[in-house]
Amino acid sequence: MNNVIIIGSGPAGLTAAITCAQKGLEVYVIDEYMKPGGRLLGQLYEQPDGTWWNGINESNKLFQQAVDLGIQFYLETAVFNIEKKDNRWKVYTDKETFQTTNLLLATGAAEAPVPIPGWTLPGVMSVGAAQVMTNVHRVKPGNRGIIIGINVLSSAIAMELKLAGVDIACLALPKNNQITHESAHPKKVLDSLLHVAHMAPSSFVKLGSKLMKNNFMKELGVTFFPRNGVKMWDIPIQLKKAVIEIYGEQEVAGVTIASISSKGEVIEGSEENIAVDFVCIAGGLYPLGELAALTGCPFHYIEELGGYVPLHNEQMETPVEGLFVAGNITGIEGAKVAAAQGRVAGLSIAERTGQHQLEEELKDAIKQVADTRKNAYIQFHPEVESGRRTVQMEWEEYWSKREQII
Amino acid sequence: MKLRVTNHPILGNPEKKKAVTFTFNDKQYTGYEDESLAAALLANEIRTLRHHEESGSPRGIYCNIGHCFECRVSINGKQGVRACLTPLKENMIVESHGKLPTPVRDWRSSDE
Repeated sequence: MNNVIIIGSGPAGLTAAITCAQKGLEVYVIDEYMKPGGRLLGQLYEQPDGTWWNGINESNKLFQQAVDLGIQFYLETAVFNIEKKDNRWKVYTDKETFQTTNLLLATGAAEAPVPIPGWTLPGVMSVGAAQVMTNVHRVKPGNRGIIIGINVLSSAIAMELKLAGVDIACLALPKNNQITHESAHPKKVLDSLLHVAHMAPSSFVKLGSKLMKNNFMKELGVTFFPRNGVKMWDIPIQLKKAVIEIYGEQEVAGVTIASISSKGEVIEGSEENIAVDFVCIAGGLYPLGELAALTGCPFHYIEELGGYVPLHNEQMETPVEGLFVAGNITGIEGAKVAAAQGRVAGLSIAERTGQHQLEEELKDAIKQVADTRKNAYIQFHPEVESGRRTVQMEWEEYWSKREQII
Repeated sequence: MKLRVTNHPILGNPEKKKAVTFTFNDKQYTGYEDESLAAALLANEIRTLRHHEESGSPRGIYCNIGHCFECRVSINGKQGVRACLTPLKENMIVESHGKLPTPVRDWRSSDE
């Protein structure tokens, strides 16, 4: 019985499922969402060649291909536990319990919250929530909103909201506190923003990104960053203003915003109110690894990959027998990288079930991951390649230690 | 229904879906079959889905993809169901959760 269970039907899970099925494996895909596609569903952006990357179409294509290959889908099915018994995985869901010898976790990423006074008011949501509401469900999160947190994801989603006719007052920083420190520091934010500058039509941002390659220029850039912000897709980006509070009686009515110094400190007396009916919080993404943690798989904190990632190698194997990972659970990157990793995982699983002569294919697939990463249009962390090298080093160290023990 | 995105410059018009009626806290609303309950409620401009069990503060959708559990409601009598993961069906009965008695607070105040 060569069956494999894949948890997560995003670009990584779907591509892995297709790869396994093409190699003749019986594949089950489990996802708690009602539609296949995962975070890919909400994506919508113009690519350098002028065509649009439409996440819904991409998801549908992958899903159709998977269905045609006879892959079984269990959507609206939440996995709440996994454990290994007699060399087989038991996958507990809210519907039934499944068993398999090979398990692939492609659970993706979650959004990090940014706690700001008033953030539990109805109308405050993660920036990804607004994206899914708008692009997938075709319901606007509100008529006029503000995005707190300036990063790759929030800049891209701001543009998507604008496309759908949602008014965005501005993108601003969160107020500096113990939790938000990095995301509230103008210079550090500018640093990461330079990596989306190529997507912006604003000449200031475009020109700026070429000028600000070194720290001195970045310091200057923040100091001379216009007090009223610059515009990207006609949306003001406020690196010198921070939201200090979200207000409203029962629901969001507005935010209080204040000017900040280039170090992120609030300038007293500069507070003003902006009326909005929704607020997006953009704290960035982190790998969603709880299920891997249940297996005892070792984890490592790797900042360039977005947080704690389960230990794995280039073949997408973990040190836990029969456990594989692919996609954003291994580090935050774009959908195309996730899909390429899914193919690698699929081939590794096929090889483990006893199929031979996959070495060349696997080698090509691994190279494809690296190439896709190099050519990625959106990069979530500029040093992602260094993060990947760290994982590889940890993997080698793990096995060399094991050998010493034995 | 003014929050519905009908004409999208890239995505075009949304696919045609069957309209269904449902109730939220005994009031009747209309949504589309199999869209998420969270989306149907928001399209009806309902943002408050529950009140916090301990503080009673109002809460609504936060992550919209099942991670945060902020949107839990009771559906056809079943408690704690995430509205963002639930496809809307005809005649669905949806109710808010509210503040619960919380004797656990008592020791805290005496401890302070």
